[in-house]
Amino acid sequence: MSETGERKRETLFDLEEMELNFGPQHPSTHGVLRLKLKVDGERIVDCYPIIGYLHRGTEKLFELHPFFQNVPHTDRMDYVAAATNNLAYVGAVEKLVGIVVPPRARYIRTILAELQRISSHLLWLATHAIDIGAMTPFFYTFREREIVLDLFEEYCGARLTLNCMRPGGQPYDLTVGWVERCLAFVDDFPSKIDDYEGLLTENRIWKKRTVGVGVLPPDVALDYGVTGPMLRGSGIEWDVRKAMPYEAYDEVEFDVPVFQNCDTYDRYLVRMEEMRQSVRILRQCLERLPDGPIMAKRPRVLKGPKEGDAYHSIEGPKGEIGFYIVSDGTPNPHRCRVRPPSFMNLQVLPPMVQGQLVSDLVAVIGTTDIVLGEVDR
Amino acid sequence: MSDRDRDEPGAPPPSDADEEARKAAEARAKAEAAARAKAEAEAAEAAKPAWEKMPVEPEIEDAASDPLVRALGRSCGEGAVRGASRRAGDLAIEVAAGSLREVASSLKLDHGFTLLVDLCGVHYPQREEAPYEVVLHLYDMQKNRRVRLKTALAEGESPPSVTPVWAGANWLEREAYDMYGIRFEDHPDMTRILMWEGFNGHPLRKDFPVEGIDTGSAIYPEYYAEEMGPVTGTGTGWRPAPPPEPEPEPAAESDEEGA
Repeated sequence: MSETGERKRETLFDLEEMELNFGPQHPSTHGVLRLKLKVDGERIVDCYPIIGYLHRGTEKLFELHPFFQNVPHTDRMDYVAAATNNLAYVGAVEKLVGIVVPPRARYIRTILAELQRISSHLLWLATHAIDIGAMTPFFYTFREREIVLDLFEEYCGARLTLNCMRPGGQPYDLTVGWVERCLAFVDDFPSKIDDYEGLLTENRIWKKRTVGVGVLPPDVALDYGVTGPMLRGSGIEWDVRKAMPYEAYDEVEFDVPVFQNCDTYDRYLVRMEEMRQSVRILRQCLERLPDGPIMAKRPRVLKGPKEGDAYHSIEGPKGEIGFYIVSDGTPNPHRCRVRPPSFMNLQVLPPMVQGQLVSDLVAVIGTTDIVLGEVDR
Repeated sequence: MSDRDRDEPGAPPPSDADEEARKAAEARAKAEAAARAKAEAEAAEAAKPAWEKMPVEPEIEDAASDPLVRALGRSCGEGAVRGASRRAGDLAIEVAAGSLREVASSLKLDHGFTLLVDLCGVHYPQREEAPYEVVLHLYDMQKNRRVRLKTALAEGESPPSVTPVWAGANWLEREAYDMYGIRFEDHPDMTRILMWEGFNGHPLRKDFPVEGIDTGSAIYPEYYAEEMGPVTGTGTGWRPAPPPEPEPEPAAESDEEGA
């Protein structure tokens, strides 16, 4: 081959780095995430996430409203896991002013939070699988998610933006027959998880697309402040529910699944096992649900202390979600900071995708399980 | 009633001393009864579960004698640790701005606080000397404890970045810069993260208006008149883009070519 032909082949197939914009309107970005990619052929050399397209100034809004009226704002951060957002916020307010919640309310909150974890994981599984190319799990998981959303709707009238908790307790008691309907779902659901696993766990295509993809070593995960299933898929056993139990988690038995291979497949296994553990927690809570009041005694207008702050965090479906509230003696918080798990988990994306194929980027975004409403707030 | 019946008719009038003694005894009995009732009420109140009582705000205690605070004071030198307090079980350590990174890295390497949970800014406009604060939340997985670091900052003061200690501080510090204008020294990429580049202002500062500021004319002068952007509330201020200017010269050339 001639010299010019050699040079032409080099420029065509080697040494050519190209910049590529991924998003913000790409269906696999789960919202409006923009990634600037530097690619060498099909390999990703570097990745720079650009966020903020969904920024609504939630933390500024918190400062404008009294403590009670801020609960709906928390719904709209991680809009597929409103109950856990509510729980983290009301827990922080209760810690700030020293409210003790009655046991029945604590159990109801635990039940709602675990249902929310199941529904959030089902949505994750559906979209993650559809991104990789498996269509069927989407229909299966949305069938079960519908039942969970119906339970939410019966309890508080809403399906996504639940607004289902108040500082001091629960706004409503469970409706007649709710416990039985929830128990029926709990009895039925493990067989459904078996169905999903039958479709995916030993599926050769699924394994080809996930095993060894998006490896996140434990030291990198800790360095970047990654929490939740992402951290437990990297072999570090840490769960706020076990480490610092809140609500009724110290009274129920459950295991924290940990897998060691740090890849997309292991994070998938962690979340599948977490759903089974949620079912365990739900069954224990529903069977032991105590009677009694659902709201603690508290002032009608809640004023924070003149000086003082509190940080309270819980284990959300995505990781540790916490609220840091600073009070100045008025009915509004002086500062209400959200510790967003998706924001921290998204930050670790560049080290996870460097050297991977562009098509695997979609799998890695899926496995981080981000919700841009929470990343941008 | 019966007492008065017995006292008034016939019986010798009671002396002043007797009267006083009787009154004193009555008062004592009344006080005792009141005290008993109060004690009973208190006991009943104490026996009530915590959720049936009005909430009691947690007190702020001094924690300067905490072993962790003392160890930090020894290892990080004079003036690095300015004070410590504990509220509702949360330990908060106040750190001088200049030694933030030193204290953070000592906490990570010597005391096992491996996880940076959160980093955020707070604005206290009433504090004239140092109106800003950077707050870090750290977590120690081995001993299962949390600590909060607080650094007070004057207007325009730059704390050292903790990105060399935790890579995850990168975005958190960018957010603190975006929202409060706190610039971190030696940060690898000190740019806005949630607001767009070119945005003028720091939205979470207390003096930033809630309704927003007009950025329309600053970014799209051809579309928005001065002070008439989309958020000022004085109308949309939008005007259509000017029509594209006709280009006569190429047309003339083509005419010539045609001729």
